[in-house]
Amino acid sequence: MAARGTRKRKRKEQSEYFFDYSLLFIVFFLLGFGLIMIYSASSYEAYEEYGDAAYYLKRQLMAAILGLVLMTIVANIPYHFWERFAVLGYLVSAAMIPVVLTPLGVESHGARRWIRIPGIGFNLQPAEVAKLCMILFLATLVCRMGKSVRTLKGFFLMVCIPLPIVIMVWKITDNLSSAIIIMGISLLMVFVASPDYKKFVLMGLAGVAAVALIVFMIVNADSVEGFRSERILAWLDPESYSQDKGFQTIQALYAIGSGGIWGKGLGQSMQKLSFLPEAQNDMIFSIICEELGLFGAICVILMFILLLWRMMIIANNAPDLFGSMLVVGVIGHIAIQAILNIAVVTNTIPNTGISLPFISYGGSSVMFLLIEIGLVLSVAKRIQLKEL
Amino acid sequence: MLTNNNKIFHRKKITVVFFICAGVFLLLFARLVYLMVWRADHYSQLADELHERERSIKAARGRILDRNQTVLADNKTVCTVSVIHNQVEEPKEVIEVLSRELGLSEEYVRKRVEKYSSIERIKSNVDKDVGDKIREYDLAGVKVDEDYKRYYPYGELASKVLGFTGGDNQGIIGLEVVYEEILKGEPGTILTVTDAKGIEVETSGERRIEPISGSDLVISMDVNIQSYATQLARQAMAAKEADSVSILVMNPKNGEMLAMVNVPEFDLNAPYEISDAGENLTDEEKQNLLNAVWRNGCINDTYEPGSTFKIVTAAAGLEEGVVTPESTFSCPGFILVDDRKIRCHKVAGHGAETFVQATMNSCNPVFITVGLRLGVDNYYKYFEQFGLMQKTGIDLPGEAGTIMHKKEDMGNVELATVAFGQSFQITPIQLLTTASSIINGGNRVTPHFGVKTLNEEGEVLSVLEYPVTEGIVSEETSAIMRNMLEMVVSQGSGKNGGIEGFRIGGKTATSQTLPRDSGRYIASFIGFAPADDPQVIALAIVNNPQGVYYGGQVAAPIVRQLFENILPYLGIMGYNQ
Repeated sequence: MAARGTRKRKRKEQSEYFFDYSLLFIVFFLLGFGLIMIYSASSYEAYEEYGDAAYYLKRQLMAAILGLVLMTIVANIPYHFWERFAVLGYLVSAAMIPVVLTPLGVESHGARRWIRIPGIGFNLQPAEVAKLCMILFLATLVCRMGKSVRTLKGFFLMVCIPLPIVIMVWKITDNLSSAIIIMGISLLMVFVASPDYKKFVLMGLAGVAAVALIVFMIVNADSVEGFRSERILAWLDPESYSQDKGFQTIQALYAIGSGGIWGKGLGQSMQKLSFLPEAQNDMIFSIICEELGLFGAICVILMFILLLWRMMIIANNAPDLFGSMLVVGVIGHIAIQAILNIAVVTNTIPNTGISLPFISYGGSSVMFLLIEIGLVLSVAKRIQLKEL
Repeated sequence: MLTNNNKIFHRKKITVVFFICAGVFLLLFARLVYLMVWRADHYSQLADELHERERSIKAARGRILDRNQTVLADNKTVCTVSVIHNQVEEPKEVIEVLSRELGLSEEYVRKRVEKYSSIERIKSNVDKDVGDKIREYDLAGVKVDEDYKRYYPYGELASKVLGFTGGDNQGIIGLEVVYEEILKGEPGTILTVTDAKGIEVETSGERRIEPISGSDLVISMDVNIQSYATQLARQAMAAKEADSVSILVMNPKNGEMLAMVNVPEFDLNAPYEISDAGENLTDEEKQNLLNAVWRNGCINDTYEPGSTFKIVTAAAGLEEGVVTPESTFSCPGFILVDDRKIRCHKVAGHGAETFVQATMNSCNPVFITVGLRLGVDNYYKYFEQFGLMQKTGIDLPGEAGTIMHKKEDMGNVELATVAFGQSFQITPIQLLTTASSIINGGNRVTPHFGVKTLNEEGEVLSVLEYPVTEGIVSEETSAIMRNMLEMVVSQGSGKNGGIEGFRIGGKTATSQTLPRDSGRYIASFIGFAPADDPQVIALAIVNNPQGVYYGGQVAAPIVRQLFENILPYLGIMGYNQ
């Protein structure tokens, strides 16, 4: 009786609903760690270029604070509120992509992928908007379709819905990596929504076969033309292409290799001294490896696994399918991006520009990721503790 | 709300997604372990190479020592004194000290100290003592860098043999080139860590890889013999107003060169100074002049050997059996070969004579007869057998090859002229080597200077070996040749080469240079001692002597004077002692 009494009292003291503090902690950890690493990786270049060692740190901190504010707001709005904006979001993100070609578009690093938001001096990447809107739209769609998700027609509809956005991101903003991520998120959501396995296994095998065929064709081609096929050759043998397409990869490998098990110590990276391009951005993981060693790299990977695990718990216990699908979308986004980034940095796959979630420098990216975390927290809040 | 049914398969799928992601992370983790543990050394080494800039430290070049360990080529430590403008704290003191210690005017030093530049050189090639003294003042902004400079203590001695080195201490001519790999050593490096733009990273220190000094080279030259031979050559050149005089001294048993003189020599410590050249030379003209000055005539140039080559004809004839020392001939003062009348140097003719006497007289018709008895095929066979078609293989650069008629173009007239040493060309070293091989019992030796290499402590690192071809003539023929050549000196045309109390063999030659009517001659004498067991052989060549030009009168006395001095020195005793 006594035991029962204490349990009752405890439940009374707690909120009736669940708030996932461990998820929040992991996100804070990754953000803080990211800021430290951005400072470490960029201070030398930032000082050379802007005379301010904390230039990148300050900008990232601003974006992170703004993102945290947005996250708090989103977390406190019941997530069903967003359901009504699903179609609008899809259309807006589709409309935003061509804007990069207008004078509002901003060119950076040789690609036109950003839109200048007048007034605040912040550049927005439409691809980031598209990722969020796609998650929302597909989650809504899955709920609306109900049982027809299970039919072949439903399956094809779900696979085809993201294609226009994906193709626009790829062709208009010339951003293959973002296109792959959006497609990946969508397929993952379709996979969860449909009870079938066979179709997905076949799709996976077909995909692997197609990739193998393309690589085989490029390797055996007489003349290599085009940006991407050269990247594939540089991937297979970075040391032979170390002066052009393989340059960044080989510099990243130098950084990773020279880190060893315990690393050189925070701030001791040599490769960040203008050797490794984009050290604070896509290549930040190699600086982590160099400074903190294998140990630091494992910690980062573990944090991502923990983050995914927390979100899996939330998705599995979400009060409804819509919430569950939203969280699955966010899982897909973070998992695909983190995996692809680490795979690129370690030259496991050909080089393509993908940032490491929460850690890489990039305002739009961190802001939208935090909004997505806000959505996840909002779903988590609706979980009734009785059900746990 | 989810139905229970739905919930189960969704949960399952979400869990599958999580585990797939975790699995992929695990694979990436494995990849990281591979890169950071297995490949760590590879990549960190490459990265270090990328991060480090290197400044090289010169290695001390190995010395060249003569057979008695006298240093012929040495290194002098010299200093370069410079100032770094930004680091100078007390300019007054710096100017005062530097001008006093370096013996420069104060204005000169002030101008350089006050000049705004990253580093300003005040004086280079400063003696080490002075450099050390300046360093002791410990003046901020004054840098004293040490450097090695090649130094030849004997200046002009054996200049064309030793050769000299260039700005990076690399050999330019002579032994310095041939033994470059042994002498040069491994330069060291100072490694400094820099960023991608080459700016030094101050927090990381320097890494130093010490240079490895080159090995010392011991050569067979004897500095005393070389000096004396040079003196004789200079005297002869002056007395006979000759263009040049060369003297070669060798041990015929093993090919070790004791001396190689080519006067005029040049100063090895200032090889680029041309003594008597007009001003306004173009660079190309100057370089051509320098190349002519540096040229080693004993190796790089060919000439018609003349009568000294009768040694070869005689040896071939004896070996083939077409003539014996006792064979008799008659010289009417000329000989008809086909339709050509070739004259003897003695117009009246030598009359009846044995082969020994003909050799003593250096009688052309007799040697032409021997040559014709051998025939083109046999003569050519011996020419090749004696090694005359190949280079001697001496360890000096740029040895010239033999210029000889093609066998198929050789008729009797050509054969006749070759038999007494005309119409073809060989180098002096080739003649000396071939003559050595004929008198030493038939072993074709390789003439050489390099004997062994030593490390810094004077321990022998390696002994250099050279090929020997045995049996190019029989021991009997060799003995007959020694005997006949001794007769040449004791009673024949070479008696000016003789020394009372010593058994000396030899052969004179007087060859007219091309074109035949130029009136230019080359007088030469080849001599060896002791005649019964030759231990030293010498060849003296006087190029374009004025006045008397006969080898017996011009060149033989040089060898005689040389032998008078060096035979006792080498411990070769005369038969009276």
